[in-house]
Amino acid sequence: MIRLRNLFAVVMLFGIYSFLTASLFVTLNAVDVAFTEAAVGAGISTFLMLSTLALTVRREKVRRKRTVIPLLVVTIIGATLVYGTFDMPYFSDPSAPLHSHVARHYIEASADEVGVPNLVTAVLASYRGYDTLGEVTVIFTAGIGVLVLLGYRKRSGKS
Amino acid sequence: MNVLIGHYNYWIVIFLMMAGLYVVIAQGNLVKKIVGLNIFQASVFILFISMGKVEGGTAPIVTQGVSLYSNPLPHVLILTAIVVGVATTALALALVVRINEAYCSVEEDEIHQQDQSF
Amino acid sequence: MRPPIQPHNLVLRISAKMLIPPILMFALYVLFHGETGPGGGFQAGVIFAAAIVLYALVFGIGLARAVATERLLRVLASLGMLLYVGVGLASLFAGANFLDYDVLAQERLEGQHLGIFLTELSIGMTVSAVMMIIFFAFAERGVRR
Repeated sequence: MIRLRNLFAVVMLFGIYSFLTASLFVTLNAVDVAFTEAAVGAGISTFLMLSTLALTVRREKVRRKRTVIPLLVVTIIGATLVYGTFDMPYFSDPSAPLHSHVARHYIEASADEVGVPNLVTAVLASYRGYDTLGEVTVIFTAGIGVLVLLGYRKRSGKS
Repeated sequence: MNVLIGHYNYWIVIFLMMAGLYVVIAQGNLVKKIVGLNIFQASVFILFISMGKVEGGTAPIVTQGVSLYSNPLPHVLILTAIVVGVATTALALALVVRINEAYCSVEEDEIHQQDQSF
Repeated sequence: MRPPIQPHNLVLRISAKMLIPPILMFALYVLFHGETGPGGGFQAGVIFAAAIVLYALVFGIGLARAVATERLLRVLASLGMLLYVGVGLASLFAGANFLDYDVLAQERLEGQHLGIFLTELSIGMTVSAVMMIIFFAFAERGVRR
């Protein structure tokens, strides 16, 4: 995907990558997230990129660019990150500190306090409802932004 | 050896993250840059969700007879992040369309050239 | 304004006609069953918008625009936001914190249920309206050129 020059193929591969990520989420027991990623990543994102390709160009132009410096930067950052992961908790360890404090309270007390079987909805809409309000605001703002950028019909081509 | 088995998910995530970062830095085409940004975002989602998995647990929906659930907090965070990510991508692609109409190109160095020759 | 029915379009048109109502029903199902299974506001909004996008792709943008007019979409998106903030303000006026669902009904669990229902509905409305706005903005840009 990195070295392809046909942008249509790049977008198709990106759709496949999103779908594979959604399947990976199902394996990791995150069904709500997999649902959203499949609908949004493999659906809306791919569709938006195809629309952009229809409005712009189909192939990338050939360029001679030095790739030594970006490769070096990326390798150094990657090595530093790998060095930093040696202290992190093991994969799927039940005694990791992540699962001990607030999450345990949410799992145990949500039956009395909220009464909704889906824990993710309970946390999203009730315990952390204020964050969800911010998220809806962000989506609304993005819609307004796209309307401002691309919405008007009465103007002529280049303004 | 235990370190290898216990940490391999982080290393996969770091590999994907670096691939996305390389695309953003090194490619000149604007649409490819946005694809790289999305690859980066998806790798961060995998990081959080893999950290939330508990061995032997199931999906966080309360059912009869199940006692161990996966942690719902990272799921909520990533749900928000996915939708915010698609909003950002939509705005970025709208900007690319307008840039193309103004400069007749989506290559980064051609746009720089046209700007500097003013 | 209706495109002519061509033979090579026929399979696509018939299967789209059969698929779009179940997709809309599935979006509503996911919205209202987000409490007992996977689902919720975001997924439902995206699926709803996908059904309208499919209609626009198969039958033409003119017909789809007649269903989802620009005014309707703007009103729908704004109504979603207003409903969400309205639920929070209703909790404020009843004497509790902002977005505290306990005071919305007689019983605490009933109040939570009502609050979550209204919240998911508002999220679904806003997300579907915004996705449709983005789609029509991109599509009509291409038509105009």
